[in-house]
Amino acid sequence: MDFKLTKTQVLQQELFRKFAETEIKPIAKDMDESEEYDQGLVAKLQKAGMFGIPYSREYGGQGADVLTYTLAMEEVSKVDASTGITLSVHTSLCCPCINEFGSEAQKQEFLRPLVDGHKVGCFGLTEPGAGTDASGVRTEALKDGDDYIINGTKIFTTNSGFADTFIVFALTDKTLGPKGMSAFILDRTMPGITVGENIERMGIRAASNCEVAYENVRVPASRLLGKEGQGYKIAMTALAGGRIGIGAQSVGIAQGAIDEAMKYVKERKQFGKTINKFQNTQFKLAECQTKVDAARLMVWRAATAKDNHENFAPLAAMCKLFGSEVANEVTRVCVQLLGGYGYCREYPVERAMRDAKITEIYEGTSEAMKMIISGAMKV
Amino acid sequence: MKIVVCIKQVPDTVEVKIDPKTGTLIRDGVPSIINHDDKTGIEAALQLKEQLGGTVTVESMGPPQADIALREALAMGCDEAYLVSAREFGGSDTYATSGILAAALKKIGYDLIITGRQAIDGDTAQVAPQIGEKLQVPQVSYVEEVQEATEEYVVVKRQFEDGYHIIKIKTPCLLTAIAELATPRYMSVKGIVEAYEKEVKTLGFEDLKAELELDMIGLKGSPTNVYQSFTKEVKGAGTILKDLSAEEAVQAIIDKLEAKFII
Repeated sequence: MDFKLTKTQVLQQELFRKFAETEIKPIAKDMDESEEYDQGLVAKLQKAGMFGIPYSREYGGQGADVLTYTLAMEEVSKVDASTGITLSVHTSLCCPCINEFGSEAQKQEFLRPLVDGHKVGCFGLTEPGAGTDASGVRTEALKDGDDYIINGTKIFTTNSGFADTFIVFALTDKTLGPKGMSAFILDRTMPGITVGENIERMGIRAASNCEVAYENVRVPASRLLGKEGQGYKIAMTALAGGRIGIGAQSVGIAQGAIDEAMKYVKERKQFGKTINKFQNTQFKLAECQTKVDAARLMVWRAATAKDNHENFAPLAAMCKLFGSEVANEVTRVCVQLLGGYGYCREYPVERAMRDAKITEIYEGTSEAMKMIISGAMKV
Repeated sequence: MKIVVCIKQVPDTVEVKIDPKTGTLIRDGVPSIINHDDKTGIEAALQLKEQLGGTVTVESMGPPQADIALREALAMGCDEAYLVSAREFGGSDTYATSGILAAALKKIGYDLIITGRQAIDGDTAQVAPQIGEKLQVPQVSYVEEVQEATEEYVVVKRQFEDGYHIIKIKTPCLLTAIAELATPRYMSVKGIVEAYEKEVKTLGFEDLKAELELDMIGLKGSPTNVYQSFTKEVKGAGTILKDLSAEEAVQAIIDKLEAKFII
């Protein structure tokens, strides 16, 4: 067993780190305050290839592996979790639906511009009445000649404020419940799509996360992914992989907070010495780093399993469950280490603590993760 | 156009620390990077390639570890890379180094050579001009802008202390880049994947022997030797004289030196 990154992965990590430090870190606080994702940053991310990391070069992707993608997620999330989720929803929710279930023609037409850095994607499954229980989906797609007419409302659609391509899940047969769900590829420009305002949130405030209404949206049958009734499977498959990204995002948020705390405790003086000289500080940080390292190894294990086409879903659920809990615990400890300053918006650990909470909720709550893990254990 | 960029791998620090006992650089724990001005040179070369077509080749002389610097250059978009490396080349000063790099350039072939102005570790700015002399090609140092480029000539702006020169220079030629010339692009994810699929070719002693002055390479063949290296001691703040003309400044310095009985 080898826990070392390859030479390629090390150089990739260096690119992600430098990009995050230079391009994202200086504007992360402002983006959080303005609750708006910088579109200039989107363009820079696209140029560096960040929107197509684990996709084949045959389709215009970057040709790297899932593990490399987790390195990118960690590095960007260290300085800005909003960038993490922006990349994640595109890379590990939207694109996999087309990559794994799309026809060759659909891959050429829809996947290529997403992974070669021309378009941004989003993923519309959650509805006001359908969260963890996806069988609550009410959005309908009724056949009309060679087209489908989609009606319904999706909520918390990340990236929807500026995305070009929408993967939308809708019932083609209401009587079958989840088995009557199908997946469609929509364009933002299609008549009948209305994207609402960015929903006000506790954390990841720079990310775009809106309600999207679909009113008599006419979608050609050529945009149906897979077959009618495959939608639920497509959504669950995408979400299973997405959790590796959220695990990596959690590791990044936590590591970023530790890095900030490390700088602070070496400078802050109380009782005549810098506070890193106190054993409480040393032990707290030792505990934090140990947990983050454990979470990172779980992320790498899940990513490696996915790269090797093994059954990664329970491993992904575990890395997300553990990683998200670590992110919450570690950011709370780091805020405590910074004391009153940690509670101030001037210091990035405050944002990290707010951002961490969502990792226990989206792409499957911690409770849903326990359902998956215990199911795989056959408890 | 075949553009060749000479790069150097240097320690990533502005405060190079020297081991007081051995007088050599402490490299432990200091990550290595492509020298800043050299990276500017790579960017300038890539922009010229985008404009004129052709290829960009990078060459670096150094130990096998310099491989990663060359991979980074490939990941930025360079087409091919050469590592000039041999035991016989170790300990070379600027004269010996420029001779070896010039020999490698003859082997590789070039229409335009771009280098950084100087490296942040040695700070000599001597290697590139010596390469130009040894290859007997025209050269312009301190290039801050390429105003026009064709296969036959380039028009560049050379930075000067109190102004600039616009120079038209025939190819093949050599330019040395300063930071103002270009802002280096990032590597791309795909570029890194491809950089490790390409081969970094090594040019060793045997490959270059025919082109080398054999008694002018390595530590033995270097006309200069470092006698001693030491970290500069900080001796209090200096005096800053502002807003003086050149003549007034000279007079002020002379007055100071006379006051201290130095002259």
